[in-house]
Amino acid sequence: MVLRYSIRNILLVIMAALVLSACAAQTTKKSETQITGDTFSGAETVKYLATGVADRVFFATNKSVLTTASRDTLRKQAAWLRENKDISVVMEGHCDERGTREYNLALGERRANAAKDYLMTYGISGNRISVISYGKERPVNPGSSPLAWSQNRRSVTVKAAG
Amino acid sequence: MKNILFLIFLFVVFFAKSSFALIEVDVTRGNLTPLPVAVSPLYVESKSSEALKEIEVGLEISKIIETNLLRSGLFNPLEKDSFVQKPDIAHLKPRFEDWKLIKAQALITGKINITNDKLRVEFRLWDILAAKEMMALAFTTVPNNWRRVAHIITDKIYKRLTGEEGYFDTRIIYVSEKGPKNQRIKKLAIMDQDGANTKYLTLGNELVLTPRFNPTNQMVTYMSFFKNLPRVYLLDIETGVQEVVGDFPGMTFAPRFSPDGKKIIMSFAKDGNSDIFTMNLETREVERITEHPAIDTSPSYSPNGKYICFNSDRSGYQQIYVMRSDGSDVKRITFGQGIYGTPVWSPRGDLIAFTKMYRGAFYIGVMRTDGSGERLLTENYYQEAPSWSPNGRVLIFYRETKSGSQGEGFSATLWSIDLTGYNERLIETLTDASDPSWSSLLTN
Repeated sequence: MVLRYSIRNILLVIMAALVLSACAAQTTKKSETQITGDTFSGAETVKYLATGVADRVFFATNKSVLTTASRDTLRKQAAWLRENKDISVVMEGHCDERGTREYNLALGERRANAAKDYLMTYGISGNRISVISYGKERPVNPGSSPLAWSQNRRSVTVKAAG
Repeated sequence: MKNILFLIFLFVVFFAKSSFALIEVDVTRGNLTPLPVAVSPLYVESKSSEALKEIEVGLEISKIIETNLLRSGLFNPLEKDSFVQKPDIAHLKPRFEDWKLIKAQALITGKINITNDKLRVEFRLWDILAAKEMMALAFTTVPNNWRRVAHIITDKIYKRLTGEEGYFDTRIIYVSEKGPKNQRIKKLAIMDQDGANTKYLTLGNELVLTPRFNPTNQMVTYMSFFKNLPRVYLLDIETGVQEVVGDFPGMTFAPRFSPDGKKIIMSFAKDGNSDIFTMNLETREVERITEHPAIDTSPSYSPNGKYICFNSDRSGYQQIYVMRSDGSDVKRITFGQGIYGTPVWSPRGDLIAFTKMYRGAFYIGVMRTDGSGERLLTENYYQEAPSWSPNGRVLIFYRETKSGSQGEGFSATLWSIDLTGYNERLIETLTDASDPSWSSLLTN
């Protein structure tokens, strides 16, 4: 009985430690924004800089059309960018894993540009917005499910380095 | 490196001249009864090379030949335990009855002489049932080339028995992959067709994709995200020198060489539109090939350089199109159900290999260059990017597995399949692998 009780305690401690370490990992991740290797680790996104402004918009399979929700998000981003004139952004276009690699690179570029064009129609200068496509190379959700794919078909607005 | 690339054939002894009753292997249909063949270890006359002292090189070469023949799907190499004759005697004059007894229909024998800087190989192919020599050949190379000797012998035997060029003295360039699915580290890697001699050509600091050989196999064009600028690059395999070839404001991707090696054809994406361009590597002249608001990508030349097949979504979804190499006369060739990508023209010129996506599955298939006669060779959860063996009989491609919610269970592997749809095989690589591209024959 005593033994079982102490095992439970140990388990609790381990779980608490796990939770804590997970938190720690997340906070360190958020504080870095730099080019690590080839990837702009887009942690310092618009969402991080301004509360209430989502940093990304999502797309339907094989599409680059902005939904009503996406346009709403981008209008908020544009408003925020108008107030922060010294900030330039990179639109990172991404696709899900259910397409061929080369076509996905092109599709990601088209998605990122769809978002860029919308920001420009709301008065943000094209000089402040650059575009990069990662195709299917950098999924945010590594799963192979319709949910994961829908999260990966995205354009993320990331603060440009420098 | 030069030494490896240029083997010197000292002399070709002779080809057997009998024109009848000798073994023939048909590569055009799925071979359900592979030809039983005995590969005798090559007899080593003398071995004074430091590099090869430790290895039983005659036995090793015969084993590589066996593996090559087995993997072709057309041959069934017999167990060496059952061989009765010693390698040196068999090479001089086999006792055909002995080999008939173990059901061999063909026999390969050979002899090696190694001095410090020279490896002289001779080999013979025997038809057991006809009790005849079919082929005898000898050549000299550097001792370090001993694995290639095995591949060259396999090519000669394959050609003698099937009438087709072989594909064994070749290499595969591919992308080596490591790490979690959402942070893959990718490097360019090169290996022999059988998976030996893997070498890495980049360090993995930047994302690299879609490497492809030039016709002489000395240069590679690929895409790199170096400094977050996705561009087409050119790499000299011998010197290791890399340079950007598609440095336009925007993204260049999906590169391939023209059949004469003088141009690179690629996609250039800007302002949400991808079109196809070529760059002349000598003059650096850039030429626009397509001009359409849709995505045009994955271009591939016909072997005579007169046509280009490519992937476009101008109809609304990805389909395959063919045009003249100047961009005129664009014709859509795929009208089947599903969507189509990654068209690659066969080195024989008669077929186009492709990836097809239909009802949640991925297929590798082939069709005639007008889109007729579509044949799907293999179905999988995810597979794409076929590349032809130089004789146009085998396709290599990559597969990815379905992963769990944390990306667990994910893998990327190289596979090959015969044009017949038979003989599907995993190609083992040291790491996960994708985007394979097959070289041409290293020796002609």
